Amino acid sequence: MDLSLVPDGGLGWLHASGPQSHLVLSTRIRLARNLADFRFGTRMGATDRQAILDRVIEAAAGTGSLASAATFRIDELEDWDRRLLLERHLISRELADEDDRGRPRNARALLLQDKAAVMVNEEDHLRLQVLGSGVDFGANWGLVEAVDTELGQRLAFAFHPQFGYLTSCPTNVGTGLRASVLIHLPGLVLTKEINKTLHGLTKIGLTYRGLYGEGSEVVGNFFQLSNQTTLGKGEKELLEQLGAIVQHVIQVEERARQVLLRDAPAVLEDKVWRAYGLLRYARALDFEETMNLLSGVRLGVSLKLLENVGMYALNKLLVFTQPAHLVAEAGGLLSDDEMAVRRADLVRRTLEDEVRRGQGL
Amino acid sequence: MKACSACGAADGVVDLTHIEGGEVRTRHLCAKCAAEKGIQTPAGLSDSPLGGLLAALGAEPPSFAAASQPAVHCPGCGGTLQDFRDSGRLGCAQCYVAFEEPLKELMRRLHGSTHHTGKAYQGPGIPQPVAAPEPTHRLKERLRQAIEAERFELAAQLRDQLKERGEWT
Ligand SMILES: [Zn+2]
Ligand SMILES: [Zn+2]
Repeated sequence: MDLSLVPDGGLGWLHASGPQSHLVLSTRIRLARNLADFRFGTRMGATDRQAILDRVIEAAAGTGSLASAATFRIDELEDWDRRLLLERHLISRELADEDDRGRPRNARALLLQDKAAVMVNEEDHLRLQVLGSGVDFGANWGLVEAVDTELGQRLAFAFHPQFGYLTSCPTNVGTGLRASVLIHLPGLVLTKEINKTLHGLTKIGLTYRGLYGEGSEVVGNFFQLSNQTTLGKGEKELLEQLGAIVQHVIQVEERARQVLLRDAPAVLEDKVWRAYGLLRYARALDFEETMNLLSGVRLGVSLKLLENVGMYALNKLLVFTQPAHLVAEAGGLLSDDEMAVRRADLVRRTLEDEVRRGQGL
Repeated sequence: MKACSACGAADGVVDLTHIEGGEVRTRHLCAKCAAEKGIQTPAGLSDSPLGGLLAALGAEPPSFAAASQPAVHCPGCGGTLQDFRDSGRLGCAQCYVAFEEPLKELMRRLHGSTHHTGKAYQGPGIPQPVAAPEPTHRLKERLRQAIEAERFELAAQLRDQLKERGEWT
């Protein structure tokens, strides 16, 4: 797999250049679309899947937003390469999914150009998505809408005058829009306010999950918040609503952090510096431990308790300490122990570089 | 909202269409009472949130009266409502027309609405599946029911539709 085809490897959000990116790593907006004259994903054969991919590639070539997109055939990639794209949140589990014989289903593909991506032959024929840094619904919506409009002029989407864009699962029907933010909430976790906050969100039409998406445990205090309904409200209304709720969550998180600073400054500082110390000097780190320690350091940097570490370095570590990224870096398979050593190595070198950078060396 | 005709519960009530003494009858029963009466309700899906809704879905005849009535097949993909209940996924765009009524009920539960108000698609001109508009008398009947059930958001939507047709003053 040649990721150098994509200038920043689909990782532009790592630069932490977006609004409030110390708290919100990324904003993603995706639109589910299907072609009108094909059956949906679960009732579709191999020939249809190939035909859809051919049409999408041809249509994309005529657009501005995807004309120079790199195309990755997910079904032709090695396991570890597929996992790498998954770790970068560029493809979904569904797209990387295997059939009964342990092979990925045919004609599954990812088209990627800058912040815009299209997954082909997922549960829906097309999943258009844009991934950007920080909380930014406006700019990201503009980008994904442009992709949608351009492709929609070249492909006949399944659309119903009353129900809107038709999707394989009725949970996505209407706008087909799912917007989400990846947000860091250690303050709410430490003050034990998190369950109350998250539970409150579900009452007002939001869903949440852990960093690793559907059904997975929360690791490193990273949460993904997204809209639950897709029908009955316009795209901008859905995004404004989600945006307002995200701002509310940011406020309660900031408040929780101030409470910690006021009531337990020594405990908080110790936690932050221990996390930094372990990451800076450990010789073997497992993945979950790394995520949790990175969470502590991120909190410290955010509260200015720690200097000499930038958000870009922390974001990069979140991505590049994952298994498939370590395997890609090593150029071969690794045992769990080797992986832990290489992970610690990468973390240590990165943090050392940050210190040197801070000293202007 | 309809209440269970056996116990009066308002939750999870399904319409059971069946043949009794040569007549087609519809009864409203909650899932518990239906089970007690030995009437099969859709199973196996209630683990997921969508599954729970699917199971509680105001069922059209196909699944409950399968023995006495042939199941409706979608003309586009051949799928049935039962296929949808089993997989949670629709087979094609035309499924939305073939199973319109039960899907609308599901959309109300999932989204609180049955009307897309977002981006209006201007396609490249290939015909899309179009549903026949709901007859005015049925809209009025649903509006009456919505008001009775204090579902004001739905009532407002229905009223707007009637206004558009000049049927509301
Ligand atoms: Zn009952
Ligand atoms: Zn169908």
